Amino acid sequence: MELLYASCVGVLVSCGVFLILRSRTFPVVLGLTMFSYAVNLFLFSAGRLSLNKAAVLGYSSEYADPLPQALVLTAIVIGFAMTAFVVILAIRGQADLGNDHVDGQVPDINSDEINDNDKKGNV
Amino acid sequence: MIQHLTFLPILLPMLVGIILLMPPFGRTKTSRRITSVLLSTVSFLVSVALLLNVQANGTQVYAIGDWSAPFGIVLVADPLSTLLVCLTTFLGGVCVLYASAGDDEKGSFFHPLVHFLVLGVNGAFLTGDAFNLFVFFEVLLIASYALLMHGGDKKNTRAALHYVILNLVGSAIFLIALGILYGVLGTLNMADMAQKVALLQGDDVYLVKIGGLLLLVVFALKGALLPLHLWLANTYATAMPVVAALFAIMTKVGVYSMMRIYTLIFGDEAGELSQIAQSWLWWLALATIVMGTIGVLASKDLRKLTANLVIVSVGTLVALVAVQTIESSAAAIYYLVHSTLVTAALFILADLVSRQRGEASDRITAGPPIYQPRLLGFCFLVAGIAVVGMPPLSGFIAKVWLLRETLNAEYSMVFWPVYLLASLAVLVSVTKAGSTVFWHHQGKISQSAEQTRVHPAQLTALIILIACAPLMSIFAGPLSEYAIGAATQLHDFNSNIKLILLGDQ
Repeated sequence: MELLYASCVGVLVSCGVFLILRSRTFPVVLGLTMFSYAVNLFLFSAGRLSLNKAAVLGYSSEYADPLPQALVLTAIVIGFAMTAFVVILAIRGQADLGNDHVDGQVPDINSDEINDNDKKGNV
Repeated sequence: MIQHLTFLPILLPMLVGIILLMPPFGRTKTSRRITSVLLSTVSFLVSVALLLNVQANGTQVYAIGDWSAPFGIVLVADPLSTLLVCLTTFLGGVCVLYASAGDDEKGSFFHPLVHFLVLGVNGAFLTGDAFNLFVFFEVLLIASYALLMHGGDKKNTRAALHYVILNLVGSAIFLIALGILYGVLGTLNMADMAQKVALLQGDDVYLVKIGGLLLLVVFALKGALLPLHLWLANTYATAMPVVAALFAIMTKVGVYSMMRIYTLIFGDEAGELSQIAQSWLWWLALATIVMGTIGVLASKDLRKLTANLVIVSVGTLVALVAVQTIESSAAAIYYLVHSTLVTAALFILADLVSRQRGEASDRITAGPPIYQPRLLGFCFLVAGIAVVGMPPLSGFIAKVWLLRETLNAEYSMVFWPVYLLASLAVLVSVTKAGSTVFWHHQGKISQSAEQTRVHPAQLTALIILIACAPLMSIFAGPLSEYAIGAATQLHDFNSNIKLILLGDQ
C-alpha cells in the first residue's frame, strides 16, 4: 500500500510541476490543482497509513492520528479558494491582455519552424 | 479579561473588516472612511496596550479555546511579536488614512481588505503553531491578491498573475514541509518541535532537515530572497502606491518567520540540526543585497527604485538573521522597523510626485515642475537621508549598529565591502533620482497638476510616516534597549520552551 500511495503522490507532483511550467494559464491552473491534490494526499499520509483504525478514542483498540485529517481539510478549503481565485484572475488576464499567455504576450519568435508549430498549436 | 488582550490584535481587524461590509457603515464612502480610520486607530491603541502589558508582565501565552499546548494552538505575545504587531497596525492605519483621500474609491472593498490583511499579518506574527502560521499566511495572501488588483490596469493583471501563481506554489511547498515535519516530530507547536528536534536519531534527522530547508524556500519566496526575489519589483511597482506601502510589511513576515524557526526550532540547541539554514542564508543575503543594488541603479522610476530598496533591505535583514547572536538580532529588529516605515514613506511620496508631474509621472527624467516642490522636496530629502543611512536619521543608527554586529561574524570581510559599496550605490542613485525629479524642469506645470494639491489626509499620513525617521533617531536609546530585550527573549531557548509548554513564567 505504501508503495502505491507514494508513487501516486510522486506522479501527481511531477505532472503538476510539468504543467505549472507551461506557458499558457490553463495548463498552469490545472498543474496547480494537481499539485495541491498531491500535497493533500501527502499531508494525509503524515499520520501513517493504517487500516481499520478509528480516529476517535474508544472505538477500536488502536486509533488513527486525527490531526492530519484536520490539516488536510484546512488545506483543501484553502486550496479550493485559491484555485477559484486564480481561475478568475486568468480569465481577467485573458480579457485584459487579449491572450492567455502567462507573460501577457505571446513571445515574438522569428524562426519559421517554431512559428509553424505555434500556428498548428493555435488551430 | 486582561489575558484575552493577546487575541485582540487578530480579532479586532477581523471584526472591523466585517463591520465595514455591513450597511450602516459601508453604505457611503464618508462613513466607510471615518469608521475605517477610527477603528484602525483603535486597533493600533490595542496593540500598544498589548505591548505595554507584555513589558510589564512578561511574555503572554494565550491558548485558544483553552486547549493547552502542545495540543491546542497557542498565541505567543513576546516583545518581538508585539512590536511587529504594533508596526503592522500603525502602517495599516496610516495607509487607510492616506487612501481616504480618494484611492479607496478606485475599486471595491479597499477598507475591509486592508483590515483583513492586517489580521493575517498580525496572526502570522503572534502564532506559536507552525500550521497556524500557514493559515495566517494564506489569509494575508488572499487579501493581498485582491488589494494588488485594486484599481489596476493591464500591466497590473500580469504582475498579479505571476504573484498569485508563485505564492500558490509556495503554499504547496509550505504544506509539504509541514507534512514532513509533522510526520517525523508528531507535533506542530513550535516550542514542542524545538524540544523534539534535539532528540532525533538516525534517518529522521535527514527527513527533518529536508522539511526545515523546504520551509526556508517558502520564507525566501515570501521575503523575496535571491533567487526567489524576481516577482517583487514588478508586483510592487505596478500595485497602487498606497498598497505597495502597506506591502512593505509583507516581506518582513517572511524574514520574521525565518528568525523564529531558525532560532527557536533549528537554533543552537537542536543537536545535529542546529544552524542548518545559516550557511545558506548568509550567502543568499549577500547576493540579494548585490542584486537589489543593481536593480536600484537600473530603476527608471521612483516606484521601481523603492521596490528595489525593499529587496536591499531584505538582504540586509537576512544577513543579520544569519549571524545568529543576540546583538545581531537586536540590530535586525531595529533595522526592520526603520526599513518598513521608510520604504512605505517613499512609496507614498512616489505617488504624490507622480500626481503633480502630469505626463512625466514618477519617471526619473526631466519633466514638468512639481506643483508643491518645497513640501514634497523636503519630505523626499528626509526619507532619502533615512533610506541611504546618512546621519542623523534612523538609517544611520541602524547601519552603524548592524556593521558593528557583523564585524565579528565569520565572513565579515566579505559583508563589509559588499554592504558599504551597496550603500554607496544606493546613495548615488537616490541622490540622482531626487535631483532629477525635483530640479530638472522642462515645460510648465501641467494644468491637471494644479488640481492635485496634496489632500489634508494624504499630508497627515505622509508627515506621520516621515516623522518616524527623526523620532526613531531621537528615541534610539529606549528603542534599542527594547530591541535588545526582544532579541534576548528570542534567543532564550529554555525560558521560551518552559513558558509555552508549561505556562511557567
